[in-house]
Amino acid sequence: MPDERPWTATEETVLGADEIILNMGPQHPATHGVLRVKLKLDGEKIVGSECIIGYLHRGVEKIAEHRTYAQFAPYVDRTDYVAAVSNGLGYVETVEKLLGVEAPPRARWVRTILTELQRIASHLLWLGTHALDIGAITPLFYTFREREEVLKIFEKYCGARLTTHAFRIGGLQYETYDGFEDDVRRFCRDFYRRVDEYEALLTENRIWLGRTKGVGILTIKDAIDLGATGPILRASGLRWDIRKAFPYAAYSEFDFMIPTGTNGDTFDRYMVRMEEMRQSCRICQQAIETIPAGPIMAKVGKVLKPPPGEVYHSIEAPKGEIGYYVVSDGTVQPYRVRIRPPSFINLQSFDKMVKGMLVADVVAIIGTLDIVLGEVDR
Amino acid sequence: MADQPTPSPKPSAGAPSPPRPPKPEDLLKPVPLDSELLKRLRERFADAIGEAILDRKQAIIKVSSAPLLEICRYLRDDEKFDFLTDLTALDWPKRERRFDVVYNLYSFPKNERLRLKAEVAVSQKIASVASVWGAANWLERECFDMFGIVFDGHPHLKRILLPDEWQGHPLRKDYDILKQDTDWVRENLHIESGQ
Repeated sequence: MPDERPWTATEETVLGADEIILNMGPQHPATHGVLRVKLKLDGEKIVGSECIIGYLHRGVEKIAEHRTYAQFAPYVDRTDYVAAVSNGLGYVETVEKLLGVEAPPRARWVRTILTELQRIASHLLWLGTHALDIGAITPLFYTFREREEVLKIFEKYCGARLTTHAFRIGGLQYETYDGFEDDVRRFCRDFYRRVDEYEALLTENRIWLGRTKGVGILTIKDAIDLGATGPILRASGLRWDIRKAFPYAAYSEFDFMIPTGTNGDTFDRYMVRMEEMRQSCRICQQAIETIPAGPIMAKVGKVLKPPPGEVYHSIEAPKGEIGYYVVSDGTVQPYRVRIRPPSFINLQSFDKMVKGMLVADVVAIIGTLDIVLGEVDR
Repeated sequence: MADQPTPSPKPSAGAPSPPRPPKPEDLLKPVPLDSELLKRLRERFADAIGEAILDRKQAIIKVSSAPLLEICRYLRDDEKFDFLTDLTALDWPKRERRFDVVYNLYSFPKNERLRLKAEVAVSQKIASVASVWGAANWLERECFDMFGIVFDGHPHLKRILLPDEWQGHPLRKDYDILKQDTDWVRENLHIESGQ
């Protein structure tokens, strides 16, 4: 009977005659940050793994307890720093729920558009680096070209490209700039063709298929048990998306599909994310045509003092479910802010995916998990 | 325009006046929870189920830490809360049993969330739910790391974000924000003053 416990090298060092330990990271180009993986190998086959994390731990949750609600908002941008807009949306909506206010329609529409653009940007970064890890260098140049356009829209809107702090508690600080609609329209019009181009490079490429099909399989049962969310859960076959399950911002107004996979392997996760980009583009196109006029800020006081109580609110970030559990004791500072990090919890599935695979597949599996270590370690 | 067909915003004298909208503060006050699920839980686990409230429309049930594992198994198997969204803790240093371990559950078939809270003292252990939901493995390790709560029966309980030799648990309220394990920092990072 196989031993189901997570294996560690320090644990009595039970190595068979043919087994060795391979250390990977924390400084390794394919781990997308400072992830360290210890692999137990039998020849080239992986029989056990352990992730060692925490190199980027900054104590964000502790900092939150010493900042006011509004002061903490920029910090969440620095958790998943390639999807700052999504993190920010989750946080401001949570505090809004705690305060009992709702952002006005125009603000919700703009939030939806920017968050979907962020999903596209995040997926593009994932696609470029994931393909690069596997050995396809070309897609990176194309994906970064389109990502640049999205970042330019962010820059024009709020002045920042990466850690945007685009939203405020209660709505938006800035009205959209002149030409915002045209920029988004132009981007969306061209983008479907771009996704087709990426697919032309990869989807039927024999090397790509060989490196992704049947690699890192996660069954639906394991995915649910291990708490996987986002494209990983959907690629395993469950049609579940928070945008549909608990609609937030303005998502209930738009028509879009939730792509799913069947095998739960690296290729399915690739296909799911590719289709998600097209669907995000569809949402943007619908939103930009129906964007209502009106105020962009709800009535919130200068000093935010939510009544005592607690709230858990989550949104569908590019990586999965990002949730915030905020407890208020009635003062200006939160009593506790817990960030439910999708990358951290998705990374738990790594051990299940990697067992029985080859060393070369580890790189593909880390890539397909789409983790950001800033969020894993917080 | 006197003859416009749409109803005018002013209510006519004969119509009953609409109920006054509740004040925003009142909407945010927790109310007692009343649900079928809670009744079934009370029937089955009697005293182990404590206070149950609905805070900002979210269900919160306090449970005793003794039969926690049975409650969690029951919730997973019979009530279909098959997904552990999050597991974390709260520290209330003035209380006798200072920690609340918080379980955020979700049910795919019902599309419903539920939050469990179990009180635990510093010297006390709480049962690990890693055998019920695999996701609890790392989450409990993080809780142990940040709060020092010991999860009994956890397959591999050790620090996850901080170094193994680190002293202290940063998310406890009595751990100052500027505090750190200066000995560890000096020894491993060769930084004298810390900050």
